[in-house]
Amino acid sequence: MGTGLAATRAALEERHSGLAPSAPEDDLPGTWVGRVAGLEDVSLPAALERFTCRNNRLAELALRSDGFAEAVLAVREHHGAARIGVVLGTSTAGIAETEAAYRRRAPGETALPADFDFAGTHDLFSLARYVRARLGLRGPAMTLSTACTSGARSFLEGAALLRTGQCDAVVVGGVDTICRMTLQGFNALALLAQGPTRPCAADRGGISIGEAGSFALLQRAEDAPVASLRLLGAGASSDGHHMSSPHPEGLGAVAAMRAALDAAGLAPEAIDYVNLHGTGTRANDAMEDRAVSHLFGAAAPCSSTKGWSGHTLGASGALEAAIAVICVEAGLVPGCLGVETPDPEFRADVVTANRHAPVRSVLSNSFGFGGSNCSLIIGRA
Amino acid sequence: MSGAPEIVPAAVRCGIGGLGLLGPGLPGWATSEPVLAGAAPWQEAPPTVPTPAMLAPAERRRASLVVRLALAATAEAIAESGFTPEMLDTVFASSNGDGAVVGAILDALATPGGDVSPTLFHNSVHNAAAGYWGIGAGSMRPSVSLGCHDDTFPLGLLQAATEVAAWGRPVLFCAYDAPLNAPLDACRPTAVPFAVAMLLLPEGEPGARATLALRHLPEEPVAEACPRSGLRAALEAANPAARALPLLEALAARQPARLAWTLLDGMGLEAELAPC
Repeated sequence: MGTGLAATRAALEERHSGLAPSAPEDDLPGTWVGRVAGLEDVSLPAALERFTCRNNRLAELALRSDGFAEAVLAVREHHGAARIGVVLGTSTAGIAETEAAYRRRAPGETALPADFDFAGTHDLFSLARYVRARLGLRGPAMTLSTACTSGARSFLEGAALLRTGQCDAVVVGGVDTICRMTLQGFNALALLAQGPTRPCAADRGGISIGEAGSFALLQRAEDAPVASLRLLGAGASSDGHHMSSPHPEGLGAVAAMRAALDAAGLAPEAIDYVNLHGTGTRANDAMEDRAVSHLFGAAAPCSSTKGWSGHTLGASGALEAAIAVICVEAGLVPGCLGVETPDPEFRADVVTANRHAPVRSVLSNSFGFGGSNCSLIIGRA
Repeated sequence: MSGAPEIVPAAVRCGIGGLGLLGPGLPGWATSEPVLAGAAPWQEAPPTVPTPAMLAPAERRRASLVVRLALAATAEAIAESGFTPEMLDTVFASSNGDGAVVGAILDALATPGGDVSPTLFHNSVHNAAAGYWGIGAGSMRPSVSLGCHDDTFPLGLLQAATEVAAWGRPVLFCAYDAPLNAPLDACRPTAVPFAVAMLLLPEGEPGARATLALRHLPEEPVAEACPRSGLRAALEAANPAARALPLLEALAARQPARLAWTLLDGMGLEAELAPC
């Protein structure tokens, strides 16, 4: 949907989707995807060449955007490289590289090509190692992977490193890129939409898969007096119900949202916009409507921005944290894209056209396989 | 160059309560403690990985080797702790996750006309063991899953202790890995299954057998404090989760200990252990 905050904001304001029909080689006729254009041309620094894969190219592109890498370096100058941690989420890291290595084998050959670098690409840790090395940091670095809550959950784990005084700043976020494993896996679960995803529509037909990289630099509020935006609260929970189906009543989702509100010390009335997980599947959107309306009634406008980005899986929580920042700064509530009227069964205030109004705080939801839930609240100090 | 002062990184502290263990010749913490203390010989034998009692029959059938490994270790760690599973936040750490499942999906994708199994796909997520744990425990408490290659045990321990100290709640930590199938096994040799679980408690809470202080280092530790035991020599290279062994040996010896792990990319983790 765009490289950098300004392009993403413009896409939201102009209601311009980043989704397009899938490629013939995806073998998924009729489905749409959200691919980042030009990634093949993004190169990594020569000293870190072993980390080259689609996922780390996208990480590199995101680091170069909005002066993010320069901002981290400025904080590094102040606090020292050892005081800055890296906690990042991904679901599949560089597994597209592994898929390619399998395909590159000669007929009858079992072993993977000798130049395939498992630790540099396939391994989950590849992402956090690359970003730490790229930014010249020497604090603790780790990759977490909790399916589609990974990007959101990195904010909570990064906050724990700050709270215990082990770090003065933590690079958090998520990067996930399109691979056959996720495309074919979601297809096997019959969860892919024909045409672009239409979250919250009565006739919604499933997910469009997307890819995204999004980072934030977390600092203690007192160390960042000029920052006008805050991570006001974060909360996580588990469903304890099923591996790939959400709890039908959304009990886990309610618990995560309530934990985030408690951490922020905010009542539900203080939330001006709820950015839904809103994947576009029958089950997720119905569950999430129950959970959101249980806490907020119809008082908080809510929508999913996956009509723009597709479901970017382990990056979605981090991408939508950046979208929350845009919504606060722009005073924007983006209405679900491609949806004329929301599902009439829904009780929450699902917005389908952009609204402009003061937005002081946004609650952003992420839910994932394994019954993982995470909610973030981002808003003005 | 940086004008920033070089500040000694802060330590993070917690207590260690119950323990769980399952590995070759290590059929549980309680029975393995004399071996870990050096008071009984280690005899390599493949571990028997039990069917998780906490799961309903449908989930039991779907639970793979790595899931059963992780659930066996976690069950032992909390068995006599006074905590029930649904009370505990959890941190699961694994280098390869369910690498056998990921490998099976990669095989299917490389086969013309090969279909990905929907059950395999949802079991392929890195938080699969955490998900089965949550279902079996009926838990709604937060759970996070980490994957940090060779550093999975030390960094998982660090983040679990960080959660304990940050939020003042006990955390059940589990590190586990199992062998991969061909061809991935050649890229990431993991010769044996191994799982370890620890109930970590806020500093000063009753029920701890030892207190632990951990410090991430921006350089490699000067030396790993203890000489490597035969057990470590046999298992540390055979499974990333077996990097728990220096800590397990120190806990079994019931003596104060200084430990250190060399981490990837020139980093380190040091630990001070003091029996209660």
